[in-house]
Amino acid sequence: MEVDQLQRSFLEYSRLLFHEGFLDGQFSQLQLLQDESNPDFVLEVVSLFFEDSERLLNDLTIALDQQNVDFKKLDAHVHQFKGSSSSIGAQRVKNVCIAFRNLCDEQNAEGCLRCLQQVKQEYLLVKTKLEALLRLEQQIVAAGGAIPMLNEFC
Amino acid sequence: MNLGVNPMSFTSSSASWKSGDGVSDQFPAGLRVLVVDDDPTCLRILEKMLRSCLYEVTKCSRAEVALKLLRDNKDGFDIVISDVHMPDMDGFKLLEHVGLEMDLPVIMMSADDSKNVVMKGVTHGACDYLIKPVRMEALKNIWQHVVRKKKHEWREKDFEQSGSVEEGERQQKPSEDVDYSSSANEGNWKSSKKRKDEEDEAEERDDSSTLKKPRVVWSVELHQQFVTAVNQLGIDKAVPKKILELMNVPGLTRENVASHLQKYRLYLRRLSGQHQNGLGNSFMGPSDATFGPMTALNGLDLQALASSGQLPPQSLATIQAAALGRATNKSAISVPMVDQRNIFSFESPKIRFVDGQQQHNNSTKQVNLLHGIPTNMDSKQLAALHQSAQPFSNMNRHIHSQSSQSNSLLTQMVQPQSRTQILNEVGGSHVLNLPSSVGQPVLSQAIPGALLGRNGIDNVHGPTYASVSQPSAVVDFSRSQRAELPGNSFSLVGNSGIPTLATKGMLQEDFNSEMKGNRGFMPNYDVFNELNQNRTEDWGLQSVGSNFEAPQHTNLQGRLDVAPSVLVQPGFLSDRHIGIPSVNKTAFSAADGVVNTANLSQALTSSLPDNALRIKAERLPDMGFQNGPFPDQFGQDDLMSALLKQQQEGIVPAETDFGFDGYHLDNLPV
Repeated sequence: MEVDQLQRSFLEYSRLLFHEGFLDGQFSQLQLLQDESNPDFVLEVVSLFFEDSERLLNDLTIALDQQNVDFKKLDAHVHQFKGSSSSIGAQRVKNVCIAFRNLCDEQNAEGCLRCLQQVKQEYLLVKTKLEALLRLEQQIVAAGGAIPMLNEFC
Repeated sequence: MNLGVNPMSFTSSSASWKSGDGVSDQFPAGLRVLVVDDDPTCLRILEKMLRSCLYEVTKCSRAEVALKLLRDNKDGFDIVISDVHMPDMDGFKLLEHVGLEMDLPVIMMSADDSKNVVMKGVTHGACDYLIKPVRMEALKNIWQHVVRKKKHEWREKDFEQSGSVEEGERQQKPSEDVDYSSSANEGNWKSSKKRKDEEDEAEERDDSSTLKKPRVVWSVELHQQFVTAVNQLGIDKAVPKKILELMNVPGLTRENVASHLQKYRLYLRRLSGQHQNGLGNSFMGPSDATFGPMTALNGLDLQALASSGQLPPQSLATIQAAALGRATNKSAISVPMVDQRNIFSFESPKIRFVDGQQQHNNSTKQVNLLHGIPTNMDSKQLAALHQSAQPFSNMNRHIHSQSSQSNSLLTQMVQPQSRTQILNEVGGSHVLNLPSSVGQPVLSQAIPGALLGRNGIDNVHGPTYASVSQPSAVVDFSRSQRAELPGNSFSLVGNSGIPTLATKGMLQEDFNSEMKGNRGFMPNYDVFNELNQNRTEDWGLQSVGSNFEAPQHTNLQGRLDVAPSVLVQPGFLSDRHIGIPSVNKTAFSAADGVVNTANLSQALTSSLPDNALRIKAERLPDMGFQNGPFPDQFGQDDLMSALLKQQQEGIVPAETDFGFDGYHLDNLPV
């Protein structure tokens, strides 16, 4: 029972995240990759993402803090952030990164600052939600159940 | 699994499959993939995805490490997947290296889906380009690239086998079609090969795998032997079978030679094509250029040429025309060189040197070497040159010998730098001498660049040639020949006019050595040689590698904004900018920069990281070497430091591509 409930909650929550655009089909791919040989795959990858993101956001903050902003470097960081967020399926973060890159091209320091705030915000949001989702997952597994697969593919 | 290709060749190509001779039934399972990405998240995901496809995955977050892995495990991987944007090395650079050294299919990937980046991937020879986020479906089919590549290789060999005198031509076509991407890689290969010390590995492999036909790595020496054999036979008559016999290398198969010959021809053609095109081929059009100048040297006609402003029909014209096919272009180029009084002046010194040089010159041999360089069209030209050269008198001979040395070097070097070098060489056999010193690629490149500019093309100004051209030529030679370039000092002299061609690439190197003492370079050579030594192997490898020009080519393509023609045609032209010892820097910076970098890098790689070289090359112009040979400056060490300084000064190189910081890192010998 508990397992069922957990699984239902899990599915509902997943659907919500997809619906709101926090996650996209790429995340589903990751879930598909998880199997018996790698039962913690999603958790592992998500953790890597968090670590990497924190570092990138830090670099971004520093870069924008300079007197003379090096937009090229900034762009490189954003590009990387875009890559990793898209790999994990963090759609909203990725979208902000796209906008961020355009601002870098325009060399718009103010715009970039605003965008940085925005991307930080989105990142924190998706981080919270992913953590919640993964906690549910762990609970399911702990209760002996299987993680239901999301069938929403972007 | 037999894909229906010739089991023999396919087998050999599939030797890399773990399954051994036969293709595994489980193919593509077990495909050995190396994935490189600095993003840990992506890397992990890719690894998992690839594992799910039942591939054998090795992941790597740094390009340098990846290269090392690849080098240490020749034949240990079937395909490489690499990210485009990486902090330590540009993905395209890695792509070039892999293509040249290992000839493996490389897939690029990036979150960047803009057209120019994808185009860059294509021009650099990537066999595919994936947009992140990468999905499983995309990875499931990467095995097709491995198969395709092997099939092409097989087909190449097959064509070779069909025999016929026209091999070169025929092979050219199929290989061109088939190996378009590998051609692109060839240039790169050359450049990268120079830098690597694969010679030993390659040779060992050649000997040991008779049955399996593992990937043959054409070391400098091996390639030299190849070129010698081709020259002896005459480029038109060089058939793999005979070449194989002449080379007499145990373990080397006819197929190996055949496919190498194909590439060589392509390479030569590319050289001549570049020369003519001037632009597009920035590659090193020099091959053409080199010939031009060379011929000039041969008959001392330089003088005549100089006076006439155009290559006298006699040697130069004919040679060039015949050999290069593009004679006109060449003439033009050579002419400038010739015009330079320096040529003459150089000539005399050359002669002097020649005598000294003779010792190591195997005139005949060397001359042949020259021929060997251009295969397609060039071969004829070379032959023409060769022939014309001979009649020319001792000087020519000397020149040739030197040139030959250079040539051989050039060939090898040509690939990456060859163009320039050839030019240089031509300009002055002197330059050729330099090649030996070429070993100093690092400097050479910088210098040769300068030299090139000086020598050939821009008429650098006679005197400058001498000093300048030589280094380049020398440089190149040194690579392969190291010891042979006694003529280095010689090159300077001779280089002035002609050498530019060859020297371009080589000169620089040689130049360095020569610069010091035109007259008595020898000591410089040593320096260069030492430098080059490391590089020679690389060169040898590079040039030898089937991707003759790939590296250069790609580099050029990728980067050259400056119209390769600069490199090519003027071969020296680029030098023109420099006009002076500043060694092609100017030239390099522009197109050369790009191309040269490749070449130079290669040459220079020995001493400096390729990137560094390239950058240097570009910077050179800024250096304003302009005044005649800077004997002091060119001392290899001086050059190097000068180059380094330039780099540091941040002279803005022409290269747009080089804007990449990581690039510098590339130069660091891996």
